[in-house]
Amino acid sequence: MKTTLGWLKAHLDTNAALDAIVGKLVMLGIEVESVEDRGKHLAPFVVARVVEAKRHPDADKLQLCLVDTGRATVEVVCGAPNARAGMLGVFAPVGAVIPRSGQALKASKIRGVLSNGMLCSGYELMLSDDHTGIIELPEGPQPGDSFVKAAGLDDPVLDVKVTPNRADCLSVHGLARDLAAAGMGKLEPLDAAPVAGAFACPIAVHLAGPDGKACPLFLGRVVRGLKNGSSPAWLQERLASIGLRPISALVDITNFLTVDLGRPLHVFDADKLDGDLAVRGARDGESLLALNGKVYELEPDMTVIADANGVLSLGGVIGGESSGCTESTTNVFVEAALFDPVRTAATGRKLDIQSDARYRFERGLDPEFVRPGLEIATRLILDLCGGTASEIRVSGAVPDWRRTIRFRPDRVRSLGGVEVAASEQRRILQALGCTVGEVGDHFTVEPPSWRADIEGEACLVEEVLRIHGYDAIPAESLPRDGAVPAPALTPAQGRAGMVRRTLAARDLVEAVSFSFLALKDAVLFGGGTSNLKLLNPISAELDVMRPSMLPNLLDAARRNADRGLADAALFELGPHYRDDTPEGQDLVAAGIRAGAVRRKSWDEPARAASAFDAKADALAALAAARVAAETVQLEASAPAWYHPGRSGTLRQGPRTLATFGEIHPAVLRAMAVEGPAAGFEVFLDAVPEPRAKGTARPLLKLSPFQPVSRDFAFVVDEAVPAETLLRAARGVDKRLVAEVRLFDLYQGKSLPAGKKSLAIGVTLQPVEATLTDAEIEGFSKKLIVAVEKATGGTLRQ
Amino acid sequence: MESLDHIRDELMRLVKGAADLEGLEQVRVGALGRKGRLTGLLKELGALAPDARKARGAALNRLKDEIEAALAEANARLNAQALDAGLAQERVDVTLPVDAAPAGRIHPISQTTDEIVAIFGAMGFAVVEGPHIEDDFHNFTALNIPPEHPARQEQDTFYLAARAADGSRKVLRTHTSPVQIRTMLRQKPPIRIIVPGRTFRSDHDATHSPMFHQVEGLIIDRATHMGHLKGCLIDFCRAYFGMADLPVRFRPSYFPFTEPSAEVDIGCSREGGGLKIGAGADWLEILGCGMVHPKVLRNCNIDPDEYQGFAFGMGIERIAMLKYGIPDLRTFYESDLRWLRHYGFLPLDVPTLAGGLAR
Repeated sequence: MKTTLGWLKAHLDTNAALDAIVGKLVMLGIEVESVEDRGKHLAPFVVARVVEAKRHPDADKLQLCLVDTGRATVEVVCGAPNARAGMLGVFAPVGAVIPRSGQALKASKIRGVLSNGMLCSGYELMLSDDHTGIIELPEGPQPGDSFVKAAGLDDPVLDVKVTPNRADCLSVHGLARDLAAAGMGKLEPLDAAPVAGAFACPIAVHLAGPDGKACPLFLGRVVRGLKNGSSPAWLQERLASIGLRPISALVDITNFLTVDLGRPLHVFDADKLDGDLAVRGARDGESLLALNGKVYELEPDMTVIADANGVLSLGGVIGGESSGCTESTTNVFVEAALFDPVRTAATGRKLDIQSDARYRFERGLDPEFVRPGLEIATRLILDLCGGTASEIRVSGAVPDWRRTIRFRPDRVRSLGGVEVAASEQRRILQALGCTVGEVGDHFTVEPPSWRADIEGEACLVEEVLRIHGYDAIPAESLPRDGAVPAPALTPAQGRAGMVRRTLAARDLVEAVSFSFLALKDAVLFGGGTSNLKLLNPISAELDVMRPSMLPNLLDAARRNADRGLADAALFELGPHYRDDTPEGQDLVAAGIRAGAVRRKSWDEPARAASAFDAKADALAALAAARVAAETVQLEASAPAWYHPGRSGTLRQGPRTLATFGEIHPAVLRAMAVEGPAAGFEVFLDAVPEPRAKGTARPLLKLSPFQPVSRDFAFVVDEAVPAETLLRAARGVDKRLVAEVRLFDLYQGKSLPAGKKSLAIGVTLQPVEATLTDAEIEGFSKKLIVAVEKATGGTLRQ
Repeated sequence: MESLDHIRDELMRLVKGAADLEGLEQVRVGALGRKGRLTGLLKELGALAPDARKARGAALNRLKDEIEAALAEANARLNAQALDAGLAQERVDVTLPVDAAPAGRIHPISQTTDEIVAIFGAMGFAVVEGPHIEDDFHNFTALNIPPEHPARQEQDTFYLAARAADGSRKVLRTHTSPVQIRTMLRQKPPIRIIVPGRTFRSDHDATHSPMFHQVEGLIIDRATHMGHLKGCLIDFCRAYFGMADLPVRFRPSYFPFTEPSAEVDIGCSREGGGLKIGAGADWLEILGCGMVHPKVLRNCNIDPDEYQGFAFGMGIERIAMLKYGIPDLRTFYESDLRWLRHYGFLPLDVPTLAGGLAR
């Protein structure tokens, strides 16, 4: 909401300077978004009188004006058709910066005649779009006077942001009232003395809303024999100062009272009404041509004011064209009513109508100010437009707004954290308009009619603190239970952090991507079920909750490749969604490697991302989540978005801990990602909590005996998984075998077709005595038998 | 009899003159080998008279020691020379480039969250998380947001399309506050939690993203009041921005779920067009807070006459942008590798209070 300092001071008797008022508003909870000094750029411009205007000797359309600037009489060349002797205008001396052009004015010859300044148009000063002529000032100011002052532009404009609970501050009067309560001056009383009616109001209003709440109170009165001309300069200036365009006296009066007093009114042209009025729900099929020129189709839950011919206006939202006032209007019906905030908001929202009336009605208006508002409006109409007013016709009644709140002044200390004497609290509440009584150790507080937001004791604590000052609350650091707090993270949260930093340490860059994606991509990754579709996505590309992070990461790889970064290694640690329940959300660490995992260099060739990179990432993530590799089983199958022959699943019994592999080429193609790309998904919620065993590690037993290593190579069928061989070798003598490591895979001409050679290195660690050659020989034989049995292969000779 | 001095001079010359280890070995064999000159002279001792033999023997042994020492010295010298020559052959071009140690990056949102957890963790807050797909009760109703509140409108809030049997729709949580409700319903006071996580609003422009991160804070006990709220958040702001004298201001404001409510500003300066956090002429709003509304407590079966406390919420991206000078909110979610490498953090750069939070 906007006001000017001068307008505010019309309601607030104060000597306070602008800065003090702005600072106080902010600390009262009314944000001041801007303070605009409209005259800042116009300081050099002065009022000047054209003493003489004659034709330029060498140009038909130019005049040569002698201008009295107060300090001198100078010759100015002027092209404006309205420049004439005797007029008062705005003079820009040489050196002044013209706001529109941003250029400093120079003395220059125009068609051979020196022009010593300029007479300005509203366009050049950026005060209007009018560039057909120069500004003509009304008589009053003297040549040499500041133009800013003469035009009332020295009054700074404040733009304030009022929180939704403070409907009482949506008027200049309301702002002044809060400032006055905070000691910034004295609130000027309003003169709402009744205007005596000269005749009975001929128009009756029947309240027939959907229930009694849609419009509990409707006051109306007729004013006859008025003239709706232009409003006076003071009113036009007020409205223009906050960016409202003056229209006609009647319209300007309603706009003025909306901002000045927060009291929206509506003025109907009484001659365009047919019979009595009804306030009711709209009927199916009814529509309204509104004052903004648009036609609205109405629905039954919208409150309308109608006459025998149909809908005239939307209560509390906007008026209708058919009954609007024009310059020829002579008889009016003035409405001052209360409309239900919830219905008003719903109607405005549904029809997408933003109006100053809706803005106020939907936040709730002072129920006791309907009649005073109408009286003040009537007086203004009679003053500015003449005419005779009828009596006020009242339909409905002021709704019961009174309530009493039990308030313990000690709550300001115990909840608010600051000591404020009970007497001072009483004074503050009374200054805010509350009626304060005392019963035993507590107050009984009745908030004023304009503060429907004050509901309970906590609200009153806030009011006392607000006026006393939030700055006055002493800050206290939180007391602690002990010097060292308990851990902030659960074990699972700690593990997730370890996984995050482990993956980043493996050259993967962490991304954070949206939780939603395009349905077509979700479907590729097993998602897109109907219970995870958004009703109102911001775009079709983001219309369903993600079933996996891989599509987002692949899409990111594509975008990076488009920018010339073809090799992407990205991961994300975040949610994916299985269903819409609280349990249907899983924490997952997922990553992709696209393009090359190693670029070609002078010592090594390039290497493309493969399933084994993804496998290594997944195992590293699991290790960081404290999952021991030997407890994990690998299965050579994975969900459909992976390459069927190059992917796997890591399990612990029935739990799927991770999947990994190269991304299915068809999926890459569907997502327009250049392959190859490998990815992994580690399901952190599936990782079991480690069994609580305390912090002590198992005792380290070091053997004093020399370890022994032996290599073996086996020829096996191509289809035999390496894991089968490794497991058989490990199982030969678990006490003795410290490590089995596969170090060679060979397929080639020296082997029969369909065979491969796998070579392993076995490290034996004796614990009781150094191994003898015979013992080593015996172990080797057992190992060969076991591996041959498990794999169906033979020792390679 | 041959003069030993002459022999010494000659042998020493030969030792010194040996060009390589092979030459030196020949000198050694010529002097000390089975048929060497000194060996021969020693063999001849037996023929001498006892007195002469004793004197000559002693002199010969001294000479032999001398020559052996010279040989050893020469051997070491020639060995070193041979090694040097061999190493010279192994020279490589060490200016050949190596790949920088591979390291990914931690996203600024994760790093900032870790910083927030470090600070509030020190104040005894525990980290709690909750579901992103919420119901109306937890996201709105329990937080004293009435059914007609504008925040519930589709232009502000994402809803899932499917309707439950009662006609209601699930909502993508618009703030982390529903976790307050879940925690209060699950756990009896005292409660001291922070809730970092994803939040969603139906907004997409230069300064809004449909998804962003918030951290919520909640304390419920018998004694925590607004002075503690101020102390806690002032302590946080100063620790987070690493400025012990950072001005922090509390202004009255309004949220449905707190009463009294406040907005918190930190000092800043906009002189010269750039934003600088710290003491200055301006204020910058960074978070909202207040004392938990009695209705919210009652909605969670907590008696507001017995318990009270405060809650706050702030945008994680916002404070990350302020601290690390990141200009554009939308870039956080674009997964642009150039951005991530520039604004991201090294994997082992774990924020701790002991190590300080300034980077």
